[in-house]
Amino acid sequence: MNLATVSLAYLRARALSTTLNVLLLALGIATITLLLLATSQLEERMQRDARGIDLVVGAKGSPMQIILSSIYQLDVPTGNVSWKQAQELARHRMVKKVIPLALADNYRGYRIVGTNHDYVAHYNARLAQGRLWQAPLEAVLGAEIAARTGLAMGATFMGAHGMGAGEGEGDVMHETHSYHVVGVLAPTGSVVDRIVLTGVASVWAVHADQYDIKDVARVAELMPDDEKELTALLVQYASPLAAAMLPRYINQNSAMQAASPAYETARLFSIIGVGVDVLRGFALVLVIAAGLSVFIALYNALLERRYDLAVMRTLGASPGKLMALMLFEGALLAGIGATLGITLGHVLTELLGFAFKAAKQVAVTGWVWMNAELWLVVLALGVGVVAALLPAWRAYRTDIAGTLARG
Amino acid sequence: MFALRNLRHAYDGKDVLRVDAWQAGQGEHWLVLGPSGSGKTTLLHVLAAILRPTGGGVNVADQDLAALKPAELDRFRGRHIGIVLQRLHLVPSLTVMNNLLLAQYLAGLAQDGARVREVLASLDAADKAGAYPHELSFGQAQRVAVARAVVNRPKLLLADEPTSNLDDARCAQAYGLLESQARACGATLVIATHDQRIKARMSHHYELKAQP
Repeated sequence: MNLATVSLAYLRARALSTTLNVLLLALGIATITLLLLATSQLEERMQRDARGIDLVVGAKGSPMQIILSSIYQLDVPTGNVSWKQAQELARHRMVKKVIPLALADNYRGYRIVGTNHDYVAHYNARLAQGRLWQAPLEAVLGAEIAARTGLAMGATFMGAHGMGAGEGEGDVMHETHSYHVVGVLAPTGSVVDRIVLTGVASVWAVHADQYDIKDVARVAELMPDDEKELTALLVQYASPLAAAMLPRYINQNSAMQAASPAYETARLFSIIGVGVDVLRGFALVLVIAAGLSVFIALYNALLERRYDLAVMRTLGASPGKLMALMLFEGALLAGIGATLGITLGHVLTELLGFAFKAAKQVAVTGWVWMNAELWLVVLALGVGVVAALLPAWRAYRTDIAGTLARG
Repeated sequence: MFALRNLRHAYDGKDVLRVDAWQAGQGEHWLVLGPSGSGKTTLLHVLAAILRPTGGGVNVADQDLAALKPAELDRFRGRHIGIVLQRLHLVPSLTVMNNLLLAQYLAGLAQDGARVREVLASLDAADKAGAYPHELSFGQAQRVAVARAVVNRPKLLLADEPTSNLDDARCAQAYGLLESQARACGATLVIATHDQRIKARMSHHYELKAQP
């Protein structure tokens, strides 16, 4: 028998009101938890995907579209850039390294990305099976694709024209050219998991018919350089000075467009941030409503219990103890609500992760703990205690003789 | 055991209680009689250290109550006073067992389940330990209320109108409970009532006059 036993007994005696208050608080806390987990993971994922890439160069168009399409494989590309211009850029003294990207097709919604082996190295991807591509039409699968499509080593598949998202039955299949799986990558937790990797020449090979090239293996040699195209280039600077000069140089002196991942990602988050802030505000309103509801419940409980409180005083309880009882009850409600809310938040995040995965988007998981959640517990307990303050004060001031004389 | 001198209590500027002098020895059983409005309940509250009177001295168990600080008064009340209220007021969300343990806990004493069972057994209520107050008959609830008042072995046991609204048989029963329990722990018993039926059973009477 102690304050906790008494509080629990009172909460149990008002099970309906207790449940409603706990649920109300839990919903608010769950929403905040979900936002916290999802945004931080998305942010971390997007930063990880863009790490080490100083600049992305693509066809003229929206810089954000260039970043989304070539780093995150989300949006459609702005267009193509010519192979020759790309070669020139690669030779620029301010450029340390250029990773070419050629996008054109997808396999069941997963993008087929033509690139070179530097791309694999950049994301520290390791082979789980097989080897990297050497010849055109050899493909290496990202871990998630291998797991979800059932494609295995040695399998062949045909690419469908387009970027995948939203395209279905009507896809134009490249029936004459099928890819051959030569390797599968281990999971990296990055964008690489969600793409099919192949050489740039594969992309040319698939579209080689229009140049009447029959020997696909030699497409890079046979295709006239003027006709070769890439989608985007991932650029690493040779020196910090390049950040100030290279983008302007590219934008003014070529038909290409330079986009800074750091800047565009920050801009994207500030746009998403407005929506997140609205949701967070809504969740806070829920938490405050829960606080009010807890206040009303405790205040009513206090009125119901005024004889109990007076009796407890006759049994030797100090006014402070009665105050502590009410405060403890508020904190207990809040504590249960916070625990439930955080659990619910994690489960919802995990469910959201499943939905994202089904949509071939970045993965989000609910099974991680963030230290910021401790602040949510503090927030909830604070709300519970504040809601209990006035009832606690009234309990403290209980007039024993007056109350007992009336009843 | 207790001594009251020139006790006055005024409420809203109006005297509600006057006791010029009243003394009782340890273990004595007293009946406080008086019509409604004569201040019986107020007198019990003063004795129970629930109410500080507006004037006069109250000495209970060799302790001048006026000299105690509020926290000491709470402690004193919990340890030495047992009170059976007219409407009993058991805590409804706690079982009988927990109601009695609560009395030990709030008095700052060790929680002793064996003592609780012993008291319940002496009141023929041992089988009700796990019941909630709303599951008890009035008679059972009254036994539990008496048990709660004596579980800490008080020096002073107070009862406010314990027999009003009871038929003769139950009246005798209720009185018997209080008397035997007070005797069991050597407590001084004070029953405030306007019920004339138990007058003959008790040797010591204190008569309160209606306040003008």
